[in-house]
Amino acid sequence: MALPTDPAPKFQEYAHPEMIVSTQWVADHLGDPGLVVAESDEDVLLYETGHVPGAVKLDWHTELNDPVTRDYVDGAGFARLMSAKGIGRDTTLVLYGDRNNWWAAYALWVCSLFGHPDVRLMDGGRAKWMAEGRPVSTGTPEPAPADYPAVDRDDTRLRAFKEQVLGHLGQPMIDVRSPGEYSGELLHMPDYPQEGALRGGHIPGARSVPWARAAAEDATFKRRAELEAIYQGEAGLAADDDVIVYCRIGERSSHTWFVLQHLLGFGHVRNYDGSWTEWGNSVRVPITRGDSP
Amino acid sequence: MTARPATGALHPRLQEIADDFTSMEDQDRLQLLLEFSQELPALPERYAAHRDRMEPVPECQTPLFLAVEVEPDEVVRLFFDAPAEAPTTRGFASILHAGLDGLSADEVLAVPAEFSSWLGLADLVSPLRLRGLAAMLARIKRQVREQREAR
Repeated sequence: MALPTDPAPKFQEYAHPEMIVSTQWVADHLGDPGLVVAESDEDVLLYETGHVPGAVKLDWHTELNDPVTRDYVDGAGFARLMSAKGIGRDTTLVLYGDRNNWWAAYALWVCSLFGHPDVRLMDGGRAKWMAEGRPVSTGTPEPAPADYPAVDRDDTRLRAFKEQVLGHLGQPMIDVRSPGEYSGELLHMPDYPQEGALRGGHIPGARSVPWARAAAEDATFKRRAELEAIYQGEAGLAADDDVIVYCRIGERSSHTWFVLQHLLGFGHVRNYDGSWTEWGNSVRVPITRGDSP
Repeated sequence: MTARPATGALHPRLQEIADDFTSMEDQDRLQLLLEFSQELPALPERYAAHRDRMEPVPECQTPLFLAVEVEPDEVVRLFFDAPAEAPTTRGFASILHAGLDGLSADEVLAVPAEFSSWLGLADLVSPLRLRGLAAMLARIKRQVREQREAR
């Protein structure tokens, strides 16, 4: 049974207010039957240092990915994972994490590929929960295994592959990486590991809108009017556009995907999770260098 | 799959750390890494007040700073700084501190570059995250080499 949505006025402005909850909402509903809160972080040990009481850990790198093929787990693997975390198909799943919810948004996007009916993001993520001095636990929950059906992953609506990006050249595309990565001056995120792209630059025609433009100082999302000014104003997108977003491995672009798809209500947004680590290594794909699309 | 070093390839202090990690179950291994992260010594005043004297390690997920001192008797001293909200990076730094601080320059230079893959952590923390550890070791060895050559 789905839990009630968060009635906070800020969220009612968004196209899909049912996709987002506040830290206060989570605090109010912790322990409610039918709710599972999951933390998804960049740092694999952060959860162990203390987390929202009762929250389970959901790791993108080691759990949502197939260990061999560069792809996500399949329907059976996802069902096993969800079951082990105590998440049923009718569970309200609330995700949060470090780094402005990058990995939480990425996990939410993967859950969406499997059509999990009710998955939400906690606005502001881990940083906001901690900044507010809310309770933290280091205990590891041992949820009773839930019944989760094996549902086929649908890669057609929300996910773009390289061949589709090639066919999409000239149509709306957003590169959410830093300006240096976009121009080709940097091969990887400043202060981040080199993930092995042989070429720098961006996909021809992609406009640069760094992911952080959508985030406020406290890691929450900006208000709808501010987001519209950035994406529909400056970047010139329309809500009925067919849009592809990408970054380096798909984590930061999941953040922007969430903004376009759920906060602004765009109808057709796909995340190209191969992103620059695929494009920047592919033979004979077109690349543009410099500051212009 | 954990690659196994040839017997005697590692300094006993590093070997002991590697043995501790690889003898454990997965969840205990993460717990051990967390314990290492909590035991990373604080910076001495000469670095705490002067981060510009330290070398950034951009290969780590969260910016980490390190300093290497080779003393006149060739003993290597290591100093690391990483924020509390980056426990994995702190854990990696702490492993290197526990394993290398106080060894001789020759002993540090003899540490195989593949050491990071001998802790059984690849599947647990992901190879991408493990790169930070390899990068720290490479930078430490480079600094030891440079400081020795500068004499």
